[in-house]
Amino acid sequence: MAVIEWLLQPLSYGFMQRGMAAALMVGVLCAVIGCYVVLRSMAFLGDALAHAVLPGVALAYLLRGNLLIGALVAAVAVALGIGLFSRRGTLREDTAIGILFSAALSLGVVLISLGQTYAVDLTHILFGNVLGVRMDDLWLTGGLGLVVLATVGLLYKEFLVVSFDPVLATTLRLPVERLRNLLLVLLALTIVVSLQTVGVGLAAAMLVTPGATAYLLTRRLFPMMVVAAGLGAFSAVAGLYLSFYLNVASGAAIVLVATALFLLAFFLAPRRGLLWNALSARWGRRGPENRCPPS
Amino acid sequence: MNEPEWLEMEDVTVAYNGRVAVCDITLRVLHGAQVAVVGPNGAGKSTLFKALVGLLPLQRGQVLIHGRPLGSQQDCVAYVPQREEVDWHFPVTVADVVLMGRYGRIGRLRRPGREDRAAVAQALYLLGLEDVANRPIGELSGGQQQRVFLARALAQEPHVLLMDEPFTGVDIVTQEIVLGLLGRLKEQGVTAMVSTHDLNLASSRFEYVLLLNRRLIGYGPPAQVFTPQAIREAFGEQVLFLDGAVIVDQCCPPGGGKWP
Repeated sequence: MAVIEWLLQPLSYGFMQRGMAAALMVGVLCAVIGCYVVLRSMAFLGDALAHAVLPGVALAYLLRGNLLIGALVAAVAVALGIGLFSRRGTLREDTAIGILFSAALSLGVVLISLGQTYAVDLTHILFGNVLGVRMDDLWLTGGLGLVVLATVGLLYKEFLVVSFDPVLATTLRLPVERLRNLLLVLLALTIVVSLQTVGVGLAAAMLVTPGATAYLLTRRLFPMMVVAAGLGAFSAVAGLYLSFYLNVASGAAIVLVATALFLLAFFLAPRRGLLWNALSARWGRRGPENRCPPS
Repeated sequence: MNEPEWLEMEDVTVAYNGRVAVCDITLRVLHGAQVAVVGPNGAGKSTLFKALVGLLPLQRGQVLIHGRPLGSQQDCVAYVPQREEVDWHFPVTVADVVLMGRYGRIGRLRRPGREDRAAVAQALYLLGLEDVANRPIGELSGGQQQRVFLARALAQEPHVLLMDEPFTGVDIVTQEIVLGLLGRLKEQGVTAMVSTHDLNLASSRFEYVLLLNRRLIGYGPPAQVFTPQAIREAFGEQVLFLDGAVIVDQCCPPGGGKWP
């Protein structure tokens, strides 16, 4: 019974209930979109987008507007800007990302220094403050999350073929450019939603780490997304409990749980794990698949 | 019988990387014809195919399929590139990849139906891939991987099939499967255009050949097109005539450095 009490006690606080709900939603959402990030080698883009929201947030702060909406506008603008600069191979995508990401970050710093006094809200954007989630934040997170997940569900096969084989997508006359931009917008929405939980600095980890772990454990896209979502949700919940009992920063605790799961998979995953391969090479000689076929 | 031409090119000119790669191609490919597209490296074979399938824009001229301009019908033309530039570690199975050929027919926001699954099963069977249908594509051999993309083109049920160098660097099994497949497609009235280096294969296995070197040099039955003069015009210094035999040196094109 001690375990149940250990699990239930934090939930007697309203801020922990809201924080748990927010972290769960963000964990699942980031993990699902993160599968595309991992498969299309967009990890750098995810990190860049997270930092690029800074000018939007700073501007919203200066104008006393809603910080999340400021972040949203900035992220979508930068996402579409990257799409524009790298369209039809004018520039390589990582070059376009490098230019826009540092420009947006610099603009954010300039705007912040113009504002002179920047209060606690802005540091929350940088490092997340899941325990300060308000009810209306929760509704916004849930609403945006549903929109993103529904889009992924409806366009599952289109996103699959655009990610796997853009040449086929073009010959099938799919709107490749628009699908690519839509995926960037979904990524931007996801990052903005996750800012409250893990902040600008750690959003990329929530995107990439569960997806990478699931990649090691599965062999098809749909199961990869399901496993990633489970890992993201587990990391969020376990991280919050650790944060509560050890009194450490919640965003960092969530990311560290996700990383621990990744390391487990990296060493122990069937077929692909390092340790698995080493052990099966030693013990597996008796297994039928490791024996030479009879001549 | 006055059947409409299935594939018509008028003054087709395509640029690739800022350079005109094929110029003023005008020809008509009849319903169900099988055409070998022959020419040296850099003759524009791949460029022509990419333009026919809409991957490269036409600089001039037009392409008509069933008398209508390119792009007005969906998934009419299937294209099998020379080398698939996909991520072989992507988490998809063989059956998943073949099913992608149906996406144009399935339509937006819909799920694959019984007809789509039947087409996939048939394509897998024809290419001898049933046993590996549920394996990730990264686990297949090179020849099997190539066959997956042929199976996908079949599942597309195209009216026109374009295959870029399907006989280059493949094992004998795959080569025979591809040739057998062409025979089958012929019965179904599918128009096929196949690029190849192999003059011998082109003249023995195809009823029409298209000799190309950035512009059209000849189009028609092999016996008419493959005259010594036309071959020399297409291949230049790479061709040798020895007692009536034609030898094309594809290994070292003049001014080369470009690996086939």
